[in-house]
Amino acid sequence: MKRIVVAVALAAMLATPAAFARNVKIGFVTTLTTGAAVIGRDMQDAVNLALEQIGGKMGGLDVDVIFEDDGFKPEIGKQKTDKLVKSDDVDFVAGYIWSNVLLASRKSALDAGKFMISSNAGASQMAGKFCNKNFFSTSWENSQTPMALGEVLNRKGVKKLYIMVPNYAAGKNMATGVERTFKGEIVGKDMTKWGKSAQLDFSAELSKVKASGADALFIFYPGKAGGAFIKQYEQAGLVGKIPLYSVFTVDSISLPKLQKGNLKGVLGSQSASFWSPDLDTPQNRKFVSSFKAKYGRYPSFYAAQSYDTIFLIKSAVDAVKGNLDDMDGMRAAMEKADFPSVRGKFRYGRNHFPIQNFYLLQVEPDADGVWTTKIVETIYKDHQDIYASKCKL
Amino acid sequence: MNSTLVISQLLNGLQLGVLLFLLAAGLTLVLGIMNFVNLAHGSFYMVGAYLCATFTLWLDSFLLGLLLAIPAMLLVGVVTELLVVRHLYRRDHLDQVLASFGLILVFDSTVHMVWGPAGLTFVLPAVLNGQVTVFPGVEFPVYRLLIIAVGLLVALGLYLLVARTRVGMLIRAGAANPVMVGALGVDIKTLFTLVFALGAVLAGIAGMLIAPITEASIGMGKDILIITLVVIIIGGIGSIRGSFIAAMVVGLIDTLGRSYLDDLLKLVLSNQAAETSAPAISSMLIYILMAVILYFRPEGLFPPRSR
Amino acid sequence: MSRPAHWTLLAAGLLLLLAPQIIGWIDKPFYLDLITRIVILSIAAVSLNLILGYGGMISFGHAAFIGIGAYAVGIPAYYEEYSGLLQLGIALGGAGLFALVTGIICLRTRGIHFIMITLAFAQMAYFTFVSLDQYGGDDGLVIDVRSEFPGLIDLESGVQLYYLSLAALALALFLVHRLVHSRFGRVIEGARSNRERMHSLGYDTYRYQLVCYVIAGMLCGLSGWLLGNFTSFISPEMMDWTRSGELLFMVVLGGTGLLFGPVLGVSAFIIGEEVLSGITVYWQFIFGVILILVVLFARGGLGRLLLRSGDGHG
Repeated sequence: MKRIVVAVALAAMLATPAAFARNVKIGFVTTLTTGAAVIGRDMQDAVNLALEQIGGKMGGLDVDVIFEDDGFKPEIGKQKTDKLVKSDDVDFVAGYIWSNVLLASRKSALDAGKFMISSNAGASQMAGKFCNKNFFSTSWENSQTPMALGEVLNRKGVKKLYIMVPNYAAGKNMATGVERTFKGEIVGKDMTKWGKSAQLDFSAELSKVKASGADALFIFYPGKAGGAFIKQYEQAGLVGKIPLYSVFTVDSISLPKLQKGNLKGVLGSQSASFWSPDLDTPQNRKFVSSFKAKYGRYPSFYAAQSYDTIFLIKSAVDAVKGNLDDMDGMRAAMEKADFPSVRGKFRYGRNHFPIQNFYLLQVEPDADGVWTTKIVETIYKDHQDIYASKCKL
Repeated sequence: MNSTLVISQLLNGLQLGVLLFLLAAGLTLVLGIMNFVNLAHGSFYMVGAYLCATFTLWLDSFLLGLLLAIPAMLLVGVVTELLVVRHLYRRDHLDQVLASFGLILVFDSTVHMVWGPAGLTFVLPAVLNGQVTVFPGVEFPVYRLLIIAVGLLVALGLYLLVARTRVGMLIRAGAANPVMVGALGVDIKTLFTLVFALGAVLAGIAGMLIAPITEASIGMGKDILIITLVVIIIGGIGSIRGSFIAAMVVGLIDTLGRSYLDDLLKLVLSNQAAETSAPAISSMLIYILMAVILYFRPEGLFPPRSR
Repeated sequence: MSRPAHWTLLAAGLLLLLAPQIIGWIDKPFYLDLITRIVILSIAAVSLNLILGYGGMISFGHAAFIGIGAYAVGIPAYYEEYSGLLQLGIALGGAGLFALVTGIICLRTRGIHFIMITLAFAQMAYFTFVSLDQYGGDDGLVIDVRSEFPGLIDLESGVQLYYLSLAALALALFLVHRLVHSRFGRVIEGARSNRERMHSLGYDTYRYQLVCYVIAGMLCGLSGWLLGNFTSFISPEMMDWTRSGELLFMVVLGGTGLLFGPVLGVSAFIIGEEVLSGITVYWQFIFGVILILVVLFARGGLGRLLLRSGDGHG
């Protein structure tokens, strides 16, 4: 699990790779620096937990995971993917929080004939025109979750909606998703600067929301931006006036901070997701309780998806009994989705995105008073993304 | 156009302007008097935010956090000046740019080591978390009004310091003619250290004020630094008055651009193109402004006299 | 230049020529990426050194030219136009034009104002490309097919791309060497140290500087064109001001006004980054400290340090 140090260049150059017993090598690209590092840490913790639980073995082989930091930038993510593929010669490239990083890196991994598994990013292009036989997702296609939320808005009788999303690949997908199912009028839409130098002060936008006459506000602000947004939403006096609906924003990464600050406005706020810590499946019970025991906090959906990633890879390597050259065998195994998933039993569409349920979540305190999300109802059963039909596999 | 919205956007612009002024005041003095290009000035903004957040969480009081963070910033400023900056006053701008670029890396990674990558935030006391009616029909967050008030007070204080005190006289003289002040037998080294640390404190205060709105995070100083540089160039290097006016102008342009540009662009572009390009184009406005001003008035709007 | 320096150069040149073979032997294809990156960025650094080291024009917006060069590959490729000659022409023409227009304005200013106005133009270019939603905006654009030169050279091969880059670097170095040792170069250097004197000698220094600025911009556009082909991915991030800052840093690290200084600076920077970031996530701390120390104590950059030690021993 230690990074291969390119450092001692000469020494490394002279050393011949000891090729007796092959290990399963997994490159895991995530964000370990910048403010988004908190997401990366959650994923890293989940991967380590999963490895611990499987005893660091898959199909009888030892497992090496090499974590790489994308620095929240597509370009760096791509460079790191190149390095994993060319220098470390990994068997699987996994991870990827950000859709733009995934899109930039896809060619590097897939052209080299590696398996690529997205543990979060669900760029719709990957589900449609860029779908690939060696690409799998353990998360969702971006527009599925906001589409589910759009249905909820319709049911609640929302007529005028204001949309705020970051200006990058996933933000655009999220906005398109909610626009697809929401039947009322979109009275305003702001796309704010994202990335390493993301906009975090939303004063001008919130003033517009306030003046827009909307009866609901839809947002997608993953990571730390979510906490900042909700604070300012309260400071602007919008609580109780324009209800907040979110996707991938109110999660166990932002909630502890909000609770620490006693921002009660978030209690009762609703969002859509394929998963919640209280989702009642055997694997999820095991995952959430062991994660909490080990790290002392709730896992986020990023963690859940990363945990699934390891078990998906294990199912592939187990199926070919450690013969890592048997790409076809491993692919066939993964296509069956025959592994214990936190979301319960599910199957893959032909674009290798899960066909799965989506739930309505609400923020509530748990038995110990810790704020978390709880499932209210099921919005979609076995929902497949709309881009699958564009996939030529 | 909706007039209540216009008023709240003007206030938002004012609030951003005030913040920029706090940053620009120190930077313009350091550049004007010591002729030092300090790219690491944004780091003081970041460190101020982290210190204030830490103290506030620790003592459970925003006011105490502020009061403790200010002297801490003074210390950070003095130490930075003594260790690194002082040795670079006589070097050319290139060396200064590089060394302060190095300082940015050091500050960023130190913060990463001490506070971790996650960023730090805290919540305002309930009194400050509400809204207040500033004009009939216009509600505005109390805390943002407070920022405007604090910023204007600091501006006034700085004006009095520079215009009415002996230190201020030296600072003014230093901005106009640094060599002369040295020749007068003033302890120029101490004066420089003082001015540098004052700048660090002001930048720190800006960070402290913004922390409860956004949060203290690594790299927060990098983006604001570039905008601050734009402000001091527009205002004229070394001029506090120029910086003040330029900060207000830039704050307003940025906010109004963010609020109205997409609607304007929709007149000429498709909806989607307008939505995605508006944020970028509004960010560009201030650079266009700077280039135009530099072209017609290479010394900025209010260059200190006799330079 | 002293004799040992000649030998060092010869050895370094040979090493660069044989690099793909050596990398082939030891079977570490990733190092080819590393060295290609060094060579390509060296071209940008050499071009910055031309205006900065010899002409005294501190450009804080040089990354804009890299971006323009890279987008000259990406945007035509987006329309499935892969002709290498056309793309190269757009890269050189675009970068040259951008340098001409901005240079006319920038060169009216001096000192810190020149630094800031070049930054302003680079930021404008940056935000322009961010706003181009069609070409990916902030997310950037993947280049599926590299520039094509049918029958001549195949850039899809990493080794051929490397040799093309190396040839371009050699060309850039030769060009800069000839330029600074010509009358043109003396006027440029004269304009830096004593503009009034050059004026009284009857030279229109503004014109000379403008030509120099345009040449540097085009060279840097060439580097961007290669970089776009190399990374197969372009984004506005390539023109971010921190990139311009890094480029400045590389040039100064290697030694301004030295022909091979920029190459040395880029190599030290990239290898240093690779090595340090492999050791610790806090590598930037070490990097920052080294940077400050270099400025405080190793004045004149690594190049002069080497030259001095070379002279001392031989």
